[in-house]
Amino acid sequence: MTLRNDIEITPQLVADHGLKPDEYQKILDLIGRVPSYTELGIFSAMWNEHCSYKSSKKWLRTLPTQGPRVIQGPGENAGVVDIGDGQAVVFKMESHNHPSFIEPYQGAATGVGGILRDVFTMGARPVAAMNALRFGAPEHEKTRHLVHGVVAGVGGYGNSFGVPTVGGEVEFDARYNGNILVNAFAAGLADTDKIFYSKAEGVGLPVVYLGAKTGRDGVGGATMASAEFGDDIEEKRPTVQVGDPFTEKRLLEACLELMATGAVIAIQDMGAAGLTCSAVEMGAKGDLGIELDLDKVPVREERMTAYEMMLSESQERMLMVLHPDKEAAARAVFEKWELDFATVGKTTDDLRFRVLWQGEEVANLPIKELGDEAPEYDRPWVEPKIPAALAANDVPQMDVADALLKLVGGHQCSSRRWVYEQYDTMIQGNSIQRPGGDAGVIRVLGHDSKGLAFTSDVNPRYCEANPYEGGKQAVAECWRNLTATGAEPLAATDNLNFGNPERPEIMGQLVKAVGGIGDACRALDFPIVSGNVSLYNETNGRGILPTPTIGGVGLLPDWQKSIRIGFAAANQPILLIGGPALRGTHLGQSIYLRDLFDRRDGDAPHVDLAAERKTGDFVRKLIRSGVVTACHDLSDGGLGVALAEMAISGGIGATVVDIEGHDPILQYFGEDQGRYLLTLNLDPQGDEIAALWNEAKALGIEAPWIGTTGGSDLVLGKAKPVSVAALASAHESWFPNYMSA
Amino acid sequence: MKAAVIVFPGLNRDRDMIAALTKIGGAEPAVVWHQDADIPDVDLIVIPGGFSYGDYLRCGAIAARSPMMDKVRERASKGVKVLGVCNGFQILIEAGLLPGALMRNTSLKFVCREVKLEVASTDNAFTSGYAKGQVIRCPVAHHDGNYFADAETLAALEGDGRVAFRYAEGTNPNGSINNIAGILNADKNVLGLMPHPENLIEAAHGGDDGRALFATLLNKAA
Repeated sequence: MTLRNDIEITPQLVADHGLKPDEYQKILDLIGRVPSYTELGIFSAMWNEHCSYKSSKKWLRTLPTQGPRVIQGPGENAGVVDIGDGQAVVFKMESHNHPSFIEPYQGAATGVGGILRDVFTMGARPVAAMNALRFGAPEHEKTRHLVHGVVAGVGGYGNSFGVPTVGGEVEFDARYNGNILVNAFAAGLADTDKIFYSKAEGVGLPVVYLGAKTGRDGVGGATMASAEFGDDIEEKRPTVQVGDPFTEKRLLEACLELMATGAVIAIQDMGAAGLTCSAVEMGAKGDLGIELDLDKVPVREERMTAYEMMLSESQERMLMVLHPDKEAAARAVFEKWELDFATVGKTTDDLRFRVLWQGEEVANLPIKELGDEAPEYDRPWVEPKIPAALAANDVPQMDVADALLKLVGGHQCSSRRWVYEQYDTMIQGNSIQRPGGDAGVIRVLGHDSKGLAFTSDVNPRYCEANPYEGGKQAVAECWRNLTATGAEPLAATDNLNFGNPERPEIMGQLVKAVGGIGDACRALDFPIVSGNVSLYNETNGRGILPTPTIGGVGLLPDWQKSIRIGFAAANQPILLIGGPALRGTHLGQSIYLRDLFDRRDGDAPHVDLAAERKTGDFVRKLIRSGVVTACHDLSDGGLGVALAEMAISGGIGATVVDIEGHDPILQYFGEDQGRYLLTLNLDPQGDEIAALWNEAKALGIEAPWIGTTGGSDLVLGKAKPVSVAALASAHESWFPNYMSA
Repeated sequence: MKAAVIVFPGLNRDRDMIAALTKIGGAEPAVVWHQDADIPDVDLIVIPGGFSYGDYLRCGAIAARSPMMDKVRERASKGVKVLGVCNGFQILIEAGLLPGALMRNTSLKFVCREVKLEVASTDNAFTSGYAKGQVIRCPVAHHDGNYFADAETLAALEGDGRVAFRYAEGTNPNGSINNIAGILNADKNVLGLMPHPENLIEAAHGGDDGRALFATLLNKAA
């Protein structure tokens, strides 16, 4: 079927494009006439939630985005942060949720492809990737199929492209049954004086199309991603794009080669809404008009209409504005890599976005308004209802050793080896810490000692119970995971996944979570430099858990001093740094309650941001002083699970002494915030450790010596000893058993 | 000792290989693009890993049919040493420089982990820096590394000491017959292996068990 361009614009057609009647009226007011069919498509692409952030913009503006190291904050393809020595790290996280539910392999693969392109569009060679994946309940009929497809898709694309996956998250919850989350992160390295931007400069310059040919795949994808799912989702399969990592790899090499020639003035990758979005952004940012001649666009299908070409989301494509005198050199680079290269238009001085097709002008729109005057909403929201805190005596009892084995071998806390062994984690030869620890660490090429740490974090249970505290906690945990390797947290990217913003209670979650993220980022000097918002994550009216994923980047002056989570040697003192004197007290929204008692009640734990910062700075200082042999932050499952993970990772047991008179369940499974476990190469009776304790005391940080490493069992107070082998077996078994069942 | 690294579009461990050769050999290898007119005069030709042409046909099949591989075949016939790692191994097999086939892993999944390798023969220019029977660590990262050959070919490989590396201690990641991880041609100047010794050559990699392979080839002390 070929779509015609002279279709009558009916209210139904407008609605089918996801445009509300008042939004359509805004279009009529703006252009003073009825739009053509192609123009309607262009508006729907530019003004949908995915591209315009119309529901979230008001709140995103409240986030801190500046800092002494920030070179580029939100608004470009990716954020850019100075890491010294003339080098910068370029990174972003982005969702591909809807496509991945409809077609898991290609949805996840093109999510990875899209985020890699965002990074190398800025002139950076990708050096690390992560993926935060959230699936429905393990017992749900579609979950295994989706896990298989998404993991294979992430690996299929990233492995072929050649970027190491250094970290990520995998979680299961029934609230994602009909709407999984695939959040892809990528980071690249560039020289600070060789960053490329999307702002076009200069009139009459060639607009050049590069990369793969345009097909009909993904037409309407961004609009699809801005709607809820109903029972008709299977019909939306054709809106999912197909990835080609081989072309992307060539596009990477060709773009970097081309950038080195000095030919590139502006560059923008074609992501959501492809040609439309990239051309409008380049023009609007540079206060220039753009004229496109679609007859020059390389196509792989016959009889494509202007509408289809403008809305195609075919992958592995770029748009650039080039220096006219270097066009020939640029063409030679692309011919070497056997990629399409076509001059498809030019910059103009009339601030119009004009599209020609078969000699006819099919669109003529004001370019600034198309980009900047997208509708913006102050959507009504209601204050979330925070569940009452658990009563102090509400501590459901279970044998500590049994509980530990169940949690370590359960779906939440078990090893993700089944997943990450399908990803190439060591390509490029710079992976210092691979997945399985607190953060991935790579060394920085071109420098003797520098390293970068990466982590992705959010606790959707906490965000559901208390969006503000959950937002704070996501940032704090990310910052904590970076700190636990010895890194200085630099900046973060946020990927905000929520339900339908037209429902005030969902909007309330977003408003409060963003508030929490902002407060935590300010308190920790951890600015948000890029991000993405994914709304309408719901199926048949039931929203996902609010999931503001935070991807963080930290800097290590010397990667050789980065610390891992595994116990390093026997007979070393274990210190619990931070948190309350009673070690653990908070059971609300804990994994212990959810997974062992099927209870999702109580308030989320609160993060004391001043204590968080003080504790983290103290831990980092200890690591850098060389006395720390292992470090792990406490998160899901509290002290017990963290100790088990350190024992499993190091293959060494430990003996920990209880606090008398305080419930061991709270001690071992409470999820109080701002805590780290450290092992030290110090004599626990010596002067050095005494000095450490004096310093902690002066700072008001708890730092009790809670036990000692050694032996082949983990002994938690009076609980029966559990062998490290049994813990490891439980930890490693859940995922492969589940996937092969 | 001069080395050249051949690059086909879609290969992605070329940079890892160039880094290993440079760090161990002390000089950068020549980098040969698949469309270059010729390979410079070198003692060692390396085809690194990756996904040449996306592996959209059988792995290595498209690169194996490129004119560049005719040049590699000609050099090999003159005794120049040729090393193919991962996709490079697949290309050498598809080009007929090594026998057998590399099938999809029995798990049907890509696998990236560290395995153990037994050095199964040392009477060649590649592995003589190891002791025969020595077990070394080495990373793997592949989707199609399941080596297979017919009984006659296997007998020849085993009988002539042409199995260079075998997966050891139960770490066979792909179902390869006889645990084969790397094989030599009859003249023992061509080695193909699935594991990535270039990713285990220095402290940052967590070990340097792969170093001796390159040190031997480049006449350097390990």
